[in-house]
Amino acid sequence: MLNFSRWAVAAILLPLVIGVLCSVPTFLPEATVAKLPGFMQTRVNLGLDLAGGSHLLLEASTQDVARQRLTNMEEQVRTELRRGEPKIAIGDISGRDGKLSFMVRDPSQVDAAVERIRPLTQGAGLTGQRDFNVEVVNSSTIVITPTDAGINNAVKSAMEVATEVIRKRIDEMGTREPTIQQQGGNRIVVQVPGLQDPKALKDLLGQTAKLEFKLVDINANPAEVAQGRAPVGSEVLPYPNNPTGVPVIAVKRQVMVSGEDLTDATQGFGQNNEAIVNIRFNGSGGRKFGQVTSQNVNRPFAIILDGKVLSAPNINEPILGGSAQVSGSFTVESANQLAIALRSGKLPVALTVVEERTVGPGLGADSIRAGLIASIIAVVAVAAFMFLSYGRFGIYANIAVAINVLVILGVMGILGATLTLPGIAGFVLTIGTAVDANVLIYERIREERRRGRGVVQAIEFGYKEASRTIFEANVTHAIAGGIMLALGSGPVKGFAIVLLIGIATSVFTAVTFTRLLAARWVRTKRPTEIII
Amino acid sequence: MKLLKLVPDNTNIGFVAMRKWAFALTALLTVLAVGATLHKGLNMGVDFVGGLMIEAKFPQAVETDKVRATIGRLGVGESSLQQFGDPKTVQIRLPLPEQGGAGAANTVVEKTRTAMTAEFPGVTFSRYDTVSGKVSGELIQTGVLAVMLAVIGIAIFSWFRYEWQFGVSTFVAIMHDVLMTLGFFAVTQMEFDLNIVAAVLTIVGYSINDKMVIDDRIRENMRKYRKMDMKALIDLSVNETLPRTVMTSLTILLALGSLLLFGGHVLRGFTAAMMLGVVVGTYSSIYVSSSLLISLGLTPAAAEKKATKKGYAGNAERVGPRETSRDDGARP
Repeated sequence: MLNFSRWAVAAILLPLVIGVLCSVPTFLPEATVAKLPGFMQTRVNLGLDLAGGSHLLLEASTQDVARQRLTNMEEQVRTELRRGEPKIAIGDISGRDGKLSFMVRDPSQVDAAVERIRPLTQGAGLTGQRDFNVEVVNSSTIVITPTDAGINNAVKSAMEVATEVIRKRIDEMGTREPTIQQQGGNRIVVQVPGLQDPKALKDLLGQTAKLEFKLVDINANPAEVAQGRAPVGSEVLPYPNNPTGVPVIAVKRQVMVSGEDLTDATQGFGQNNEAIVNIRFNGSGGRKFGQVTSQNVNRPFAIILDGKVLSAPNINEPILGGSAQVSGSFTVESANQLAIALRSGKLPVALTVVEERTVGPGLGADSIRAGLIASIIAVVAVAAFMFLSYGRFGIYANIAVAINVLVILGVMGILGATLTLPGIAGFVLTIGTAVDANVLIYERIREERRRGRGVVQAIEFGYKEASRTIFEANVTHAIAGGIMLALGSGPVKGFAIVLLIGIATSVFTAVTFTRLLAARWVRTKRPTEIII
Repeated sequence: MKLLKLVPDNTNIGFVAMRKWAFALTALLTVLAVGATLHKGLNMGVDFVGGLMIEAKFPQAVETDKVRATIGRLGVGESSLQQFGDPKTVQIRLPLPEQGGAGAANTVVEKTRTAMTAEFPGVTFSRYDTVSGKVSGELIQTGVLAVMLAVIGIAIFSWFRYEWQFGVSTFVAIMHDVLMTLGFFAVTQMEFDLNIVAAVLTIVGYSINDKMVIDDRIRENMRKYRKMDMKALIDLSVNETLPRTVMTSLTILLALGSLLLFGGHVLRGFTAAMMLGVVVGTYSSIYVSSSLLISLGLTPAAAEKKATKKGYAGNAERVGPRETSRDDGARP
């Protein structure tokens, strides 16, 4: 038990040396760390509660995705049946209960209609699953129901695109090292260190940025429009800044050009020095815009963002250059935000903030300072207590604790783990519990001495008997820690990581390492009496 | 050098004999704790009830009534204020606007900030938390689930490792620790948030650690002194491990104490919960869980069977029992 071969000594010391070395970069300034070799660049990341910054949890509505898909499907079915050959007349289109149903006017065409629709409903995936089920009810009504697999696929791909769009938008803001992760089926976590005011970020992520240009329906009856009714082929949209005072306007359903045809968007100033967004279309977008504006000179068109009309300027002359200006009572800031949002593309689904946590840098720095002071005092107090209680062996335990603290930091650096404020508490607690293993061993040695065992035997037995207990106690502790890690969110997780790493390393330092120290002492000094 | 010994050698305290009193006291306290939790309720943080939290730091001490009046004029719902750590820091909690989602929450924050800055120049805002009702519901669920899973998982572990009596007694003792902690939060009305769930889980982990050490010693002694009366054996085991129990509790309390005093206000509730948990957990290890084994009818025979099956016999019979304990064993 107390005899260590040369190899065993090396095997014990090597991981400790590596662990301690890996903890070093954490204490050095960032610039110095950059000069170190790659394997030494293992810094412990500070959580947002320590570094300051914003944490946002965004949620997409699955229903929203399903609704959009149904609208798209409706559009596709209309186009396919009305424009294709032979033309099939349909009516009674309804999208209620998450299903699309419509009646085929000529019952003899029902089969042909189903044939033509089927290709639209095939899933894009390789699994061969359908995205929609098509069935005929009452011999003339066709019902298209989305399958669960289809909706899940749609949500999944929408979330992937959304994550990408968010990444682009945040990168444009010029913040450093944001973390953007998908969580669960329909959520995205965004963490931006150092961000003090999350309002701008939330505004930026809050808009879908779906930009459309449509012609204003000048033939619509203003009284009916005010009541929300529009002629066939047109729709009524909200227009909060309408100069006429009516908060709605009728526009043609057909889209002239949309945000998808954009190549660039920048914030600029208009003729009256008001903030605007300059946009530039790609080739086909520019051509389409030019064509429509040539045909509709002296008529107004609507600039629509996320379903709301921003402004409805008059087409004074054909706009052929492939660029346009979006105006609509912007501030410089909001125009800039819209430009960023337009450049990074539209979100496939609207996102809402369901959780937000922001910590100012001042509080974070205070917390680090307080945590550091508390840790140092805790270490000193515990170390003094251990020394007073166990003398030489107390010192061994204290060396072990000091190494343990460094090794935990080193392991956290290697794993890229994040230190949070509760993590600091986990640290302090680990210091407390790490010495428990030593207390168990030393109390056992005292006991064995009282029972009349010799020095060497008492130490040997103390370590052997206590090790079993320590193992068992730590397994149960690890169960609690594992559950925290698996189920906990945010702060709980940060705490659990430190706790689990601490359990693993403390068994090693408190049992194996102190045994090595004790064994060395016993071998070289051959004591006949120990003070413990 | 004379070393510090908090517990004298060879103590012989009759813990088992006191068990009726201990059980009665424990039951009474637990009932009071549950009663307080149900009657007064927990002061749930925004993590669990949803809402908006803004932490404001004022240049000098401020009266909460003045802050409340300022926010009251905004019409953003009823605010609840709490002074936090020092008289300069105030935590403001507001309900989430029912409609309008993120934008509306933003507006409330903006309004509050503007009004506060106008009223109290120099005020800074160090923290905002916004949690929607949906997320807070999920956080409660996972929190409760985590604590339950931890307690049950550990009870099952000690059942498999030892006998079922150990599983039951630790389960009872840990439930007591958890309920007492809840009672403490109900009585003090300290804020109960996500961090406190972590604290409760740690209490569970620590408390079980403590009980494992004593349970392990009971098992060891059961193998060593096969003829000893169960009550004497449990007393012996608790007394033998008493120095360790006291030492460890004290070191942890020392570490936590420094965190409570110097660790900053954000962690204060967390640390308080853990300190209470350490005290309660130590109490239940010494007075409740071991004595409960007798009431549950643990016999040396049961342990014998399982020990031989597992194949480790420990150092049975190789060492003579302690002087005092031999007397105990001989006594009828």
